[in-house]
Amino acid sequence: MSQQGTLTQPRGREDLVGLLKEAQSKFGYVPEEVMAELAESLEIPINEVYGVASFYSFLSIKPVGRNVIRVCQSLPCYLKNSQLIIETVEEELGIKPGETTPDGRFSFQLTNCIGLCDQAPAMMINNDAHVDLTPEKISQILKSYP
Amino acid sequence: MPQQRIVLKNCGVIDPRDIKTYVKKGGFKALAKVREEMTPEDVTNEIKASGLRGRGGAGFPCGIKWEGARKSPGDEKYVICNADEGEVGTFKDRYILERDPFTLVEAMAIAGYAIGAKQGYIYLRAEYHHLFDLLQDAVNQARQYLNNFSIEIREGAGAYICGEESALMDSIEGKRGEARYRPPFPTTAGLWGKPTIINNVETLMNIPQIMLNGADWFSQMGTERSKGTKVFSVSGDVENPGVYELVLGSPLRELVEELALAKNIKMIQIGGATGRILPYEKIDTPLAFEAVLGAGAVTVYNASRDVIDIVYRTMEFLAEESCGKCTPCRQGTEVMVEILERFNQGEGSKKEIKDLEDLSSAMMLSSLCGLGQAAPNAIIDTLQHFRDAYESRVAGN
Repeated sequence: MSQQGTLTQPRGREDLVGLLKEAQSKFGYVPEEVMAELAESLEIPINEVYGVASFYSFLSIKPVGRNVIRVCQSLPCYLKNSQLIIETVEEELGIKPGETTPDGRFSFQLTNCIGLCDQAPAMMINNDAHVDLTPEKISQILKSYP
Repeated sequence: MPQQRIVLKNCGVIDPRDIKTYVKKGGFKALAKVREEMTPEDVTNEIKASGLRGRGGAGFPCGIKWEGARKSPGDEKYVICNADEGEVGTFKDRYILERDPFTLVEAMAIAGYAIGAKQGYIYLRAEYHHLFDLLQDAVNQARQYLNNFSIEIREGAGAYICGEESALMDSIEGKRGEARYRPPFPTTAGLWGKPTIINNVETLMNIPQIMLNGADWFSQMGTERSKGTKVFSVSGDVENPGVYELVLGSPLRELVEELALAKNIKMIQIGGATGRILPYEKIDTPLAFEAVLGAGAVTVYNASRDVIDIVYRTMEFLAEESCGKCTPCRQGTEVMVEILERFNQGEGSKKEIKDLEDLSSAMMLSSLCGLGQAAPNAIIDTLQHFRDAYESRVAGN
């Protein structure tokens, strides 16, 4: 069955990034079949679709967890001890940055500046911003993502 | 010099979800005035006379950009608002969009009138997806005022480089966000090869008031080559991090010590990862294009911080975010990270200090875009002001 059939009909090449993001949220990553079908319908080589899918940090060509945690590793958060937040997430989930929990519930990534430096340390889970983090807050926050 | 609210005038005053509150505060008067009383040429002339320069970091004169696009032949032109605020330590555009999306929409419509564009895009970084609905709602509510000008919000997908204008256009076109060779410049061949202006959120926020109050009113504020105000994002070792708007030319001291209440400062990074680093001795430097400014990210480091560690982390960020298209930036940032890592571990060498300097000049001269050209700034500035930090990490010391 066509995977791409479930995505919005593209207007043209300009919709590629948006469609890949749609695939990302629908399947948890951009499957190869989706790339192939997008290449065909947009009449562009598949390597170009792959090039785009592998360029942006919010797109993934490998499956990720249901919830993606992105802890900011940039300097303003680092100055507010983001290292402690990173370690707390590691302990809570038993995984390191770049890994996914065995049950597929969380992927854990480090990210560059997310523009919340006035409320550092900060992280995003999926599209939600979490700010002024403390180790105590982490487990509570993680609980709210099934 | 005092704080002055021009860009932030409506922030905290209007309800960003209710256009009536914006109209009550004089919203859309500038657009009406422009359409009724001014020609497109009048608009670009007024902006040129105001001295307004780009607030995204590069400081290009806004009026010259608009005039270039206005004079470019063609029916199909584009206005792009760059809301891909990704510079480390910058959050002012987020602050503005959260509180006053309407001024931005009005400014984009004025830009459309001035250059002859019917279509505008707001390129919003993926990390700011939580602002999407608010912005879309503002665009919808404003439709009755926009006549034949329409605005589409396009979201990024996580890439610092897409804040660079040519990479941003490639991203809107559905491609990898990679810097383009220039010329041609966007004002003649931008989005889909059509004349295009790309302005930072904050730059556009100034436009309606310049239209209402005139260029003279605006150009009275600031220094000779830096007119108006600037919105700063202050973070790091300060008691009061946040967003502050100051008249351009105000001393750095006022911002970091008097407003943000920093103490025991070692150095200040102005303009994020690609910005300049000043030691505390330079605290009276004016915040202006003539001195230091960038996009207005101000990160303060106190005496407990390690200079080499800060520079190393800055370079790690740039190496990760380099788009990889041109060799000096792709390779240069990687090599700098390797060298800095050795210094960080106390295993640098005198020769490598020289290597860092040589590499810096090569990258500044030969990189394709601002990322690679400005990537060595942190190294150059700390080698100038904190050279002993490097020398003390030479192996055997």
